[in-house]
This record gives sequence, structure tokens and C-alpha cells, in this order.
Amino acid sequence: MRFWLSMAILGAAAFGLALSPANEYFFYAAFVVLTYVVLATAWNILGGYAGYVNFGTPAFFGIGAYTAVLLFRWLQAPLGVQIAAAALMGALLGFGVGLLTLRLRGIFFAIATVAVIFIMETLMINWRYVGGAQGLQLVRPEVIAPFSSYTRMLFVVMSALAIGAIIIARYIQDSWIGRGLRAVRDSEEAAEASGVPTLRLKLLACTVMGALMGAAGAPMPMYLSFIEPASTFNLSYTIGALGSAIIGGMSHWLGPIIGALLLGSLQQIITVTISGEVNVLVVGVLLVLFVVLAPEGVLGLARRWLPSSK
Amino acid sequence: MAALLEVNKVSKHFGGFTALNAVSVEIAEGERFGLIGPNGSGKTTLINCISGALRNESGAIIFQGREVSRLAAFERTRLGIARSFQIPRPFRTMTVLENLLVPTAYVGHLKDSEGEVEAMRILSAMGLADKARTLASQLSQVELRKLELARAMAARPKLLISDEAMAGLAGAEVDEVLRILFDLNARGITIIMIEHIMQAVMRFSQRVVCLDAGAIICEGTPASIVQNPNVQRAYLGA
Repeated sequence: MRFWLSMAILGAAAFGLALSPANEYFFYAAFVVLTYVVLATAWNILGGYAGYVNFGTPAFFGIGAYTAVLLFRWLQAPLGVQIAAAALMGALLGFGVGLLTLRLRGIFFAIATVAVIFIMETLMINWRYVGGAQGLQLVRPEVIAPFSSYTRMLFVVMSALAIGAIIIARYIQDSWIGRGLRAVRDSEEAAEASGVPTLRLKLLACTVMGALMGAAGAPMPMYLSFIEPASTFNLSYTIGALGSAIIGGMSHWLGPIIGALLLGSLQQIITVTISGEVNVLVVGVLLVLFVVLAPEGVLGLARRWLPSSK
Repeated sequence: MAALLEVNKVSKHFGGFTALNAVSVEIAEGERFGLIGPNGSGKTTLINCISGALRNESGAIIFQGREVSRLAAFERTRLGIARSFQIPRPFRTMTVLENLLVPTAYVGHLKDSEGEVEAMRILSAMGLADKARTLASQLSQVELRKLELARAMAARPKLLISDEAMAGLAGAEVDEVLRILFDLNARGITIIMIEHIMQAVMRFSQRVVCLDAGAIICEGTPASIVQNPNVQRAYLGA
């Protein structure tokens, strides 16, 4: 009950903010932070719950972005349709990649997911219709009322996606699926011997992850008014998703949210106040610090310092 | 007694190494069956083929009249073949109780509230009830062995394969695990015991089979097995 209330409050707050006279830059920055919330939450379903480290975030994010561009260029499809189609394509890619790679374990799986990024990027570089290597300039459609700017509207859309992702991640964690995925992470052999259909569960997790990441990619081209392969399939999305989950804590759906809010905001602040290069360094240093000093992330620290709360 | 499990000419190779060479054995319903053999003789490979962790290349594994050798491990568990692991593989990040809730949910399709009742019943029988809320990673060796058996029991097996459940345990602990296995058998569960502790396997089993180099070298009552010259040669060398 408390969860649903806070989700409703968050949704209403996002909507209210978008209508308020707040500075435009806030929405510009918050959109990116929220994108990381979705990506990290999605990543954690396979990476945190099941223990399968996916480096392929940009592939799923990118297929979503390019699906949106394609639909926009071809049919002038509205944003809602773009997002739905992007989620579907992300899910299909997740299912397909999962089918091919989820029999691999540990580092082998991780490497296979990296390969998917390069395959997707190469495909898009060679597809002229969606801009090829040069990229494609996009003209935003008219903004829908009550919003005064397109960025404000995208902020609300991304808030809704983040809330949706959180609801899904929490549902999976608390259901029999979550327990099965945890069993897979702890011991795959023992999970099978306990009746858990490990491959099916991993495929499901990978498909849901792909769908959420794909959906998160769909609004990006309109946000930038531009799409181009090198930045779309950028490894910074890998680091953002995985880093947020590690920094926040992977054992609970709250972890990646905390991590993404911290890491995303910090990156935005550093990019503005210092430089874009320093921001990459900060992420790296933070990751090393957390892996060494607090492998269970902010959540782990909180549990240690506040033993009364669970 | 009808055969619960029929292993028919099962073979398994690892590269050029023959781990199992046309092994055939039948296990009757309700039987206490002992599987012995020196290290590397193929005992664990055989039970991996029965439980589905490995696929046999030829031959058939028939459980309750049904050929199961192409089924995934989780499907065989759901049919009633449960196992414990030689090296305990607990779900470390879960409590002892949660460890058992995995099979109660995935095999018994029980809701957590019902699963907990069943899990606590099993844990009480195993003497692990006071550890229900303890993380599995904090258990002692003997507790881990019991957890292996308890988790296997939570899958409601008809056939329980106990893979060296007593390895590394002290005398009194061996007796405790033996008592648990006798209790389970008394409730109608067929048990295959793989064990290096001869005294335990001989006390427990009604029938014993000895594997050596992937083949059965003899079969019989515990008393006849210890007398068998082939067994003595396999264990002590010629």
C-alpha cells in the first residue's frame, strides 16, 4: 500500500513539476537521470536477481531508439506507439540474445552481450534510411497540451517509464520468479534440482530487461532531435546501468534506483560544473570504491548502519 | 516389488574417457540401495545422468515406466527424483527456510504460507528447525549436509539420491544423518545412497552395487559385497 501510494505521489509530482515554472535545464538533466533509473532497474532484473552480468545495455537501448526513429520517419507514429514498438523490439532482442547466450555462464555470457552491441551498431551504421553513420536530424512534432515544451513532456514520459519499470522489478522480486532467479544466482545446479526451470526463468528475465531498456531508448532521439550510432550504442550506457546497480545495491529493487539517482545526478552536476571528461573518471573511481569497500552498495551500508530497519 | 527406476545400458563419455560403460541397474520401490566404488569409478556421473544434471549418450533411464533421459533436470525433480549434492550447494543468500521454499514453490506449487508449514515440518524432522531463520552461508558442515537433504525432501521425492551426505562428518553426526535417511525410507521413499563410509553404507543398504571404471563389477547384499574379491581388488588394488 505504501509502495503504491509513493508511486502515485512520484507520478503526480513529476506531472506537477512539468507544469511548474521550474527552469528548463532541470528537465533536460532529469530526463537523463530518469533514463538511468529505467536502465539500471531493468539491468538488475537479470544482473542483480539472477547474477547474469549483461554488458549489452546499449544494444537494447539502441534498438529502442532506432525503432522509434524508424516508426517516426516512416509513419510519423506518435511517441506512445514508438515506445510500445521499442519495448517489443527490445523484448525480442532480449529473447533472441538470451536463447543464444544464456547457456553460457559468468564471463562468457558477459562477453557475448558485448558482441551484441557491435552487431547492432554495425547494422545501423550501414542502414541509410535511419541515418547511417552520419546520423539523422529529427524535427520534433508539436508539443501536446498541457506541456509548454517538448522536453517537459519527455520528462513526464520518462517518469512514467521509470515508475513502470520499478513496479515490474518489484513485482518480479517479490514473486515466485524472483525467488527462482535468486536460486539461479546462488547455485544453478541446485536450482534445477529444486524444480526451477532455470533456462526459462533466465529467458524471461532477459526478455523483460530487453523490453524495459528498449522502451527507455525510444524517447532519446526526440530528446536530442538527432540520432547517430556511435553515441546511441555508447558503452557509457553499460557503465551507467551496471554502475548504478552496483553502487545502489543489487539485492533489492530500491538499489538501482538509489544508484541511478546518485550517479546520474552527480554526472550531470560534474558535467556542468567541471567537465564531461572528469565525470567519466568520477564514475570509475566511485565504482572501484564501492566494489572494494561496499560490495552490497548503498543498501548494504544502510543495512549495516541501521540494523533495525530491514 | 515393481521397479521404480530402471537404468538400461547407460553410457557417458567425457572426450575419450569412458565414465559409464553400458551400466544397467534396477531399483525397486521402497528399496534402500547403496552405490559404492573407488574415486573416479563413475558413481556421481551415474547419479548426474539419473537426476538430469548430465545427459547420457546412449541407453535409457526409465522412472515409473517413463523414459526420462531427454528431460531437463527440473522436470525430473518434478516427477519425483530429488538429490543432494556431494559438495553442498545451498542458496547462500537465503535463509534455511527460504532454501526449502524454492522446491515447495516450484515443485509443490505451494503458496509461501503453505510452503512454510511444510518446510518447518521437514526442518523439525531433520533437527534444523531452530536454524530456520539463519542464513545458509552461516551453517556448519553437518547443518549444510542436513539442509541438502531437507531441500531435497521439500521437493516431495519418490526417489531420493543422497550423494555422500556423510562425507567429512564425525561418528555421531554420521549416525544422525543415517537415522534421518532410515526415517525417510520408513515413510516410503526409495533411497540411493552413495557413500565412502563403508560402515554406513553397509548398515543402511538392503542391496549394494559396486562400480569400477564405469562398469558394475558386482551386486549383492552388503555382506556378500565385502567378501567379493573384485570389490577388494577395486578398493585395495591387485
